[in-house]
Amino acid sequence: MEHFANLTLNGLATGAVYAALALSLVLIYQATRVLNFAQPAFALVSAYVAYAVTAATGSYWAGFAAALATGALLGAGTERFLVRPLRNASPLSPIIATLGLLMVLQGAVGMVWGNEPLSFAYPLDYRGRFSPADAFALVSVLLVAFGLFALYRFTPAGLRMRAAAIRPEAARLSGVRVGVVLASAWALASAIGALAGMLAAPPFLAPNAFDLIFVFAIAAAVAGGLENPFGAVAGGLAVGVLLSYVTGYAGPELTALAALAVLLTVLALKPDGLFSRAAARKV
Amino acid sequence: MAPSTHRAPASDADPAAADSAPAATAPRPGRRAALRHPLVRHGLWAVAALAAVAALTAATGPVTDLRVANVGLHLLAVAGLQFLVGTSGQVSLGHGAFMFVGSYAMALLVVNVPAMPLAAGMAAACAAGCLAGLVVGAATARLHGPYLAGATLMLAVGLPAIALRFPDLLGGANGLAFATIGAPPFLAGAVDDTQWRAIVVWTVALIGLVVLATASAGRLGRHLRALRDDAAAASLSGVPVGRARVTAFVISAGAGSLAGACQAYVLGTATPSTYGLSLSLVLLAALVLGGLGSLWGAFWAALAIVYVEVAGTELAHALDLSTDVRNNLPVVFFGAVLITVVLAWPRGVHGALSALGRHRSTPLKTGDSR
Repeated sequence: MEHFANLTLNGLATGAVYAALALSLVLIYQATRVLNFAQPAFALVSAYVAYAVTAATGSYWAGFAAALATGALLGAGTERFLVRPLRNASPLSPIIATLGLLMVLQGAVGMVWGNEPLSFAYPLDYRGRFSPADAFALVSVLLVAFGLFALYRFTPAGLRMRAAAIRPEAARLSGVRVGVVLASAWALASAIGALAGMLAAPPFLAPNAFDLIFVFAIAAAVAGGLENPFGAVAGGLAVGVLLSYVTGYAGPELTALAALAVLLTVLALKPDGLFSRAAARKV
Repeated sequence: MAPSTHRAPASDADPAAADSAPAATAPRPGRRAALRHPLVRHGLWAVAALAAVAALTAATGPVTDLRVANVGLHLLAVAGLQFLVGTSGQVSLGHGAFMFVGSYAMALLVVNVPAMPLAAGMAAACAAGCLAGLVVGAATARLHGPYLAGATLMLAVGLPAIALRFPDLLGGANGLAFATIGAPPFLAGAVDDTQWRAIVVWTVALIGLVVLATASAGRLGRHLRALRDDAAAASLSGVPVGRARVTAFVISAGAGSLAGACQAYVLGTATPSTYGLSLSLVLLAALVLGGLGSLWGAFWAALAIVYVEVAGTELAHALDLSTDVRNNLPVVFFGAVLITVVLAWPRGVHGALSALGRHRSTPLKTGDSR
């Protein structure tokens, strides 16, 4: 029972990372219908920038702020210069463009900082069962999720974002600057992705550190339903806990297979994810 | 539907076309009709391509032979993906998983049944891949767009982990190593081992391409394109939606696993890290780079997969860079090429080339249209 409780708490802490990354994927998917494969690269670059800033200033939180700013900048820039020019191309084109960006950024990080792992600091004390660092991960992600809910639901900016995503033409006619709004949605989502990177990086940061995390985040986002941010958070936490059980009781090499089995089961029952409404017209 | 509307196209048939090409409307002799059958036409193309490959490998050394073989097996893999993504519109990020299946099926057969002929091994690997494709296709037939992409992405990461789970049978992270036979004795002196391997790979690849091209030109291809463009309309017209989608998956997986078997045959090893996430992503990315919807797109994609990497490595060596930069230059180069091509030619290299061809030929037909 003790073991089970430990696994659950560990799973919630790692699940918070999956949830944050899944949340950033879902926000971008909702805004522009693009599955952003460059998201792990944004998180990676942000974490490395944080590493450099922390090394220069000696303050973890200065690095943390730099990471969020880097993420936002990368997100807005990608929307403006890569995704917007491709909005009339086939739906696959922007996805492949972000895939190319993933390769460029991941390789560039390796060029600047090398492929060897660097030791990366925790924000708070990480020792013991459900340490302050674990609590920080879980609480920050939940706060972000509720903040987003409030933003989208109760503020004019959130209304503009929803309008620009769902009916760009009508929104533009009503005076919404659709380009700016979509770029800020990308910036916001990528800052959340950078937060995921900051939570996932310790203890060691390497150019391919986020690959598997990203795959599990996609699994979480898809299982939760790409239409629903809360589905992403719930999916992320569920995937984290589940993989923690698999690691603890069966073996770490089975995590990917277990995630595959669960994802296929969920999608066989609910092809649009657990928390999506059924499509009106489908074959 | 009134009968008159049926007659209308015949009476309105373009007179210019009929004048310029009387042979097309006249009854054809039997020999010409046989030549126009897709299977025969594609077969003739394949024989010509194989002759070109044999000539190319005869004129060059072992390094080029190996690259030619690599182009061939990647061509087959991407062509299989083309059938799934370009023809049926199902975006799969897990094609590398089927290469993994084919590669390990081949390796297991060679290790455990050394006396088996190569062709039987290839056929068995293809059958294993088709079976895997049937399972995956049936499990994902109801999924669309990003949901299918997410599920297949998980497949690409999850399936190679099987090799780590069963280290006694599948060799764990080191994989399986084995020896394959080289050139047959009666060709000794004329054809060396790497050249023979390149020719074997291209023979397998071209057989696969002929099957893919013929299936794409036939009824299945029409069904799949109808499904891709409008699933509701296709379903109303009697296209069996689920069965067509699963069949596309099976054929595509068969081509992928055959390519994996070829890779195992060329390398003499099968390791899980060869078939990881990046392979699946590179296959799809290269397909879009080459151009969706045509086997030529798959050809440009295979060239890009092999030669952009080579160019990146040679560039890194030529520039005398530090180790960190040199190791990462090929992947950055590939990513940059990908972004440039997608931005400049959204329809891929093949789309750009055929647009160029149309642009040059239009003024001849339309005269002073400007």
